[in-house]
Amino acid sequence: MFGELSLDALPLYSPIAAAGAGFIVLGGLVVVALITWLRAWRYLWSEWLTSVDHKRIGIMYVTLALVMLLRGFVDALMMRVQQATALNTQGYLAPDHFEQIFSSHGTIMIFFMAMPFLIGLMNFVVPLQIGARDVAFPLLNAIGLWLTAAGAALVMVSVVIGTFSTGGCSGYPPYTELGYSPGVGVDYWIMALAISGIGSTVSGINFIVTIYKLRAPGMKLMDMPLFCWTSLCTSLLIIFALPPLTVAVTMLALDRYLGMHFFTADGGGNLMNYANLFWLFGHPEVYILVLPAFGVFSEVIPTFSRKRLFGYTVLVYATMSIAVLSFMVWLHHFFTMGASADVNAFFGVTTMLIAVPTGVKVYDWMLAMFRGRLTFATPMLWSIAFITFVIGGMTGVILAIPPVDFVFHNTLFLIAHFHNMLIPGSLFGFFAGYTFWFPKAFGFPLDEKWGRRAVAFWVSGFYLAFMPLYVLGFLGMPRRTAYYDDPAWQAYLIVAACGALFILCGLASQVIQLVVSIRHRHRTTDFAGDPWDGRSLEWTTSSPPPEYNFAVQPVVHSRDAFTAMKAEGTAYRPPGVYEPIEMPRNSITGLAIGAASFVFGFAVVWHIWWLALLGLVAIIGTIIARSFATTTNKLISSAEIEARERLWLVTVAEEREVVLQ
Amino acid sequence: MTERAFQHPGINLAHAREEDHLHAEVTVFGFWVFLMSDAIIFAVLFATYASMTTRTNGGPTGAEVFQLSNAFIETLVLLFSSFAFGMASVALRESRVPTIYRWMGASLLLGLGFLGLELRELTGLIASGASPQVSGFLSSFFLLVSTHGLHVLAGSVWIVVMMVQIAVLGLRREVRSLLLRLGLFWQFLDLIWIVIFSVVYLPGVAQ
Amino acid sequence: MSDPWTGASTRIHRPQPSADATRERRGYIRGFGLALLLTAGSFGLVAFAHLPVAVLLPALGILALAQIVVHFRYFLDIDLSRSKREDLQLIQFSSLLILIMVGGSLWILYDLDQRMMS
Repeated sequence: MFGELSLDALPLYSPIAAAGAGFIVLGGLVVVALITWLRAWRYLWSEWLTSVDHKRIGIMYVTLALVMLLRGFVDALMMRVQQATALNTQGYLAPDHFEQIFSSHGTIMIFFMAMPFLIGLMNFVVPLQIGARDVAFPLLNAIGLWLTAAGAALVMVSVVIGTFSTGGCSGYPPYTELGYSPGVGVDYWIMALAISGIGSTVSGINFIVTIYKLRAPGMKLMDMPLFCWTSLCTSLLIIFALPPLTVAVTMLALDRYLGMHFFTADGGGNLMNYANLFWLFGHPEVYILVLPAFGVFSEVIPTFSRKRLFGYTVLVYATMSIAVLSFMVWLHHFFTMGASADVNAFFGVTTMLIAVPTGVKVYDWMLAMFRGRLTFATPMLWSIAFITFVIGGMTGVILAIPPVDFVFHNTLFLIAHFHNMLIPGSLFGFFAGYTFWFPKAFGFPLDEKWGRRAVAFWVSGFYLAFMPLYVLGFLGMPRRTAYYDDPAWQAYLIVAACGALFILCGLASQVIQLVVSIRHRHRTTDFAGDPWDGRSLEWTTSSPPPEYNFAVQPVVHSRDAFTAMKAEGTAYRPPGVYEPIEMPRNSITGLAIGAASFVFGFAVVWHIWWLALLGLVAIIGTIIARSFATTTNKLISSAEIEARERLWLVTVAEEREVVLQ
Repeated sequence: MTERAFQHPGINLAHAREEDHLHAEVTVFGFWVFLMSDAIIFAVLFATYASMTTRTNGGPTGAEVFQLSNAFIETLVLLFSSFAFGMASVALRESRVPTIYRWMGASLLLGLGFLGLELRELTGLIASGASPQVSGFLSSFFLLVSTHGLHVLAGSVWIVVMMVQIAVLGLRREVRSLLLRLGLFWQFLDLIWIVIFSVVYLPGVAQ
Repeated sequence: MSDPWTGASTRIHRPQPSADATRERRGYIRGFGLALLLTAGSFGLVAFAHLPVAVLLPALGILALAQIVVHFRYFLDIDLSRSKREDLQLIQFSSLLILIMVGGSLWILYDLDQRMMS
């Protein structure tokens, strides 16, 4: 009846794991209680959970990302504390538990923090920037969100029921094969990745079509804001890079569930094919994570330098070359796994090549600031903090040299390198975007003072936490080490742990920033919607934008469309008549498919086959039933639009008067 | 982009409004993007298969398990099915509902026939001891062929759903646009099959 | 006001024989004929010709490629005309990536096999 699920699945093997599980259950209960106490269920249901509005979906994605960021950071902190103390002792974590923690840290940060964060930002921003009313397929968008959430939920559930994978975020067989990892951990990992991977793929399809087909009249591809360009390239990478991952984890699942021989060490399996397929996905994935952040910098830096973006065309071509080159470098993740010198040399050279367009971008942003009138608001500070990325870029070129990689591979040097790429490169970019577009999303800005503190803590914490890891790499400390007996390492690990505490302060500042900003929102309300003197179309609407985004579709003649409108004096001009607008209705479909996928994944993990079948039938049934729905759209009347737009234009006029005086 | 002539065949929107053009153009383009993503899945499966042909683990080789005649019949059945759907698309353009039903029914039956043949082939292999658990080679063969088979199954279910939709909803624009996408899907599956018989069956038998 | 995503028009239930349809039908028949010929060619090569593998495999590859082109041209209706540029570009980009992924994977895996199994 319950497959392999029994009471033994509860994490009573260690008090720390049990406490972690208790914390997650308690956290869930507190959230449920809070919503009930606020009587917000109905509001949440009708305004958010069933919404197909790209702005709402984007905000929900980012919320998911921030929650998972906290979870992933707790893992990081636990690892830092363990390594700082585990000289000649086992430390406070059992080795098996330590392995679960580094596996879930990597999995969560990549798939359930960074991916939802960037897809959330794209969701919120891209349709607004191209002057569209929604994405091309609003319902598919909701399905993508709920599939991602289902994957994240599986990872969270694994803490409470059963265990998580101990195979790292890359899950290399044969270790992850049934013989060496007999528990449910790897199955959780496989199902979470497979389900959220499908979610990411449908988002990718959605944004490609949105950007290609729904641009405002007159907006040529080369008139798009750069964030749209990087979103387009990221979406292309998503739809082409996710399939190898799907195939790899499917094959691993077939090995584990049906006894096949794709990656087994015996039976004619080829475990090298796993490394091949995983990194065929894994390397483009790195650029999936970093390109949207590059897009954010390209929006933030010109805005706060009061200049046009320097070298727009060059940045577009650099983005495209990065996208193509990113498919030609994957072997550098396994230089040491037996390839001949020719193969290693080829992939080493292509890896170094990719540094060229990336370097071009960094110079472009520096020149965008050069002789500008700079204001150092928080989004700009995050963008400047990004420069730390260059250190990671240079260590990356070092690692691209195969003989050097033989020395450094699997040491903390590598860990320092890719955190150096992903924290300043991606995460700081996402934070910049989060602070930059927050006032647009909610109608009030984030608190500056706490924002600056967060930047200061994060940047200093980052240096403290990761620069020692470069040194430890030189000292030869392997990654994923639970405990050790070399006293020379400990001092550096203690510094790194202090760095993690600084980052904790940074995260705390961000939580406080959010609370303070919400409490002060009545004082700081900005309904007019152009707090930064923005350059692109998203700033031409109110904050928060109406459901239909634009009462009249904007017509675009050049880059920096809003700057041009403001210069010509055509901004904020009301149309003669307001036309009624059609928007998609809310739908339960996305939520239903996400829930059914979660049930399906959970059932497969625990071999509860009747439930898995039920989940599958529910998914297919929902899709078929939905295809018969005929009234999927609603009409917003012209009177309603006119009332809202008038109110907004009055606010704008008042504010501009204040500015003129 | 809306002022361009309508780009895709099989759907007659000559009198339709601009939004309808856009709708069909957007959905069809989106479906192409999906198909390309799906094509990568097959490409990776082909690469895996090709790298595993020699990993027979002492079990049967391709020459021992593949039957040329069976593969040929499967190929013909699928090709006829593809053609039948093409005829259904033409009938859709002319809005001849009975003809659409006839050709769609034909492609459904042929698709199911293909699935039956494939099922017979695979169960026959398992019964004769060439199961996917025997070797890496057979694992990769079974996965490749059954992934294609699952696509055909999904397509068959989709054909049934569309036949019901035509009956219930009539040839409204949304139904037409879905039929157009189904047509692309069905032809795409035949295209994948060309690669399967050219990469799997024919070289396997020849060696 | 009927909505554009679902709007039913009464007009479309009437059969509309057209020159377009006739041309299209001819296209499908022509494509079908070509596909049959090429399929028969591929299978015939293996069944009757007894060519050495070094000749046979490239020949099968060329026939498969020709048949793929036929499918795209006649069944999926993708050609070089201007109006289908976006679809065509997408297919070309996908083909490039398939080439990189499949070619690269085979190169890597055969190289490893050479070094580890022989």
